[in-house]
Amino acid sequence: MSTSIHVSAGQVAASLALVALAAAVSFWRKADLERDIGVATLRSFVQLTAIGYAIKLIFEADTLWLVFALLSVMVVFGALTARGRAKKVPDSFWPLLIALAIAGATTLGLVVALGIFEATPRYLVPVGGMVIGNAMTASAVALNRLGDEMTDSRARIEATLALGATAREAAQPTVRRALRSGMITLVDSTKTTGLIFFPGTMVGMLLAGANPTDAVRLQLILLYALLGSVAISALVATTLAYRNFFTQAQQLLDSTE
Amino acid sequence: MLFELRDVCLTRGERRVLDSVDVGIPVGAAAIVGPSGAGKSTLLRLLDRLADPDAGTVAYRGRPLDSYDPLALRREVALVPQLPALLEGTVESNVAFAARLAGKEAEAGRCLRLAGLDPEFARRDVAKLSVGEQQRAMLARALAQEPAVLLLDEPTSALDHAARDAIEATLARLRRELQISLVIVSHDPEQARRLGAWVVRMEEGRVTEAGPVAEVLA
Repeated sequence: MSTSIHVSAGQVAASLALVALAAAVSFWRKADLERDIGVATLRSFVQLTAIGYAIKLIFEADTLWLVFALLSVMVVFGALTARGRAKKVPDSFWPLLIALAIAGATTLGLVVALGIFEATPRYLVPVGGMVIGNAMTASAVALNRLGDEMTDSRARIEATLALGATAREAAQPTVRRALRSGMITLVDSTKTTGLIFFPGTMVGMLLAGANPTDAVRLQLILLYALLGSVAISALVATTLAYRNFFTQAQQLLDSTE
Repeated sequence: MLFELRDVCLTRGERRVLDSVDVGIPVGAAAIVGPSGAGKSTLLRLLDRLADPDAGTVAYRGRPLDSYDPLALRREVALVPQLPALLEGTVESNVAFAARLAGKEAEAGRCLRLAGLDPEFARRDVAKLSVGEQQRAMLARALAQEPAVLLLDEPTSALDHAARDAIEATLARLRRELQISLVIVSHDPEQARRLGAWVVRMEEGRVTEAGPVAEVLA
């Protein structure tokens, strides 16, 4: 797997033609996304360049403490970003932070313990980034759905509480649907992978000149690792966050009225 | 007194939903009447501790409500909300769920009969019931817990006259046969006259009158 290619700045600049095409489509069809496309392009350039240098430093330093620090920062930013999509969930930051941290630690811990990857920065940084990124998306989708469902199902949940059910029992169907929402996108894309689209890692490895068999095997490992991390993050986030809708006396908070 | 409220206030946002409510509700059948927005449903929710007042106290059988375990209290004091809100599944699964929570045997047929529904409804999917049937299924579900008190929020508001009369007859029979205390919220004073021995009249979050039906609705 130790393949490498050189990509020039000119090649990157040339790819901006496709960005111009996207902006042109938006302008032509009045989608009003030109500014967003510009911001997205600039941010991706700055962020990826910065993280590229950071990763280079970490690889050269070859110490796990720096890996831990980088992944911790990603977990915090991931939780802050996901919180923006879970606006209807009270105090969603801590459930999200804990969900991302547990998903990242468990998934990386398992792939190292099972001997799939070595515990070195070269493996832990890229795999950790993918794991945390996917966990963030899954937990954000799950909590977004949880917030909508808790509002829409308020009458049913309170009617269940009125029977003497605990908050957990009353919220169970809602939490189940939210968990499913968080996981379903990756499950569906895993089903169609190789048929309808080629996932990023495999494409990257093929472009870098890797043996297709190796590219496929690595992609499979990552897909399965991501399935695990997505399940863990959505489960932890929904399990912790639903409690924030209830008081100690098993009442629904009024903020969702 | 079954329930006693002392100086109860509740504010939601800018609005004072309950304003210095001082009232007692005796064992038996009572009705809370008043126009929409008077605070009747909120008062009912307080009696089941689905919400707590900002100030004042609510007591059940002489003890402050917050001294009870809220789950045990709600199994003894069952609230049937205005809008049907059954769990997905069959009528029987709803009744069984409620019975299990109260640690009772699930007798769906008996509960459905008590609520005025044919026992055949047990196997029906709740999504396929009419609003009136759902309200009766909600009542059957509450009865599966063998409660001492039934709190009913506008139990006939979505029904036609025939269905309303049937529900009222059912409630009168429950009161007679099971000695369950009833607290019914209604915007219709005539319903209070037919069902309630005790009437609490509310307006704009305040109790304006309370007493025997013959006095308040004279």
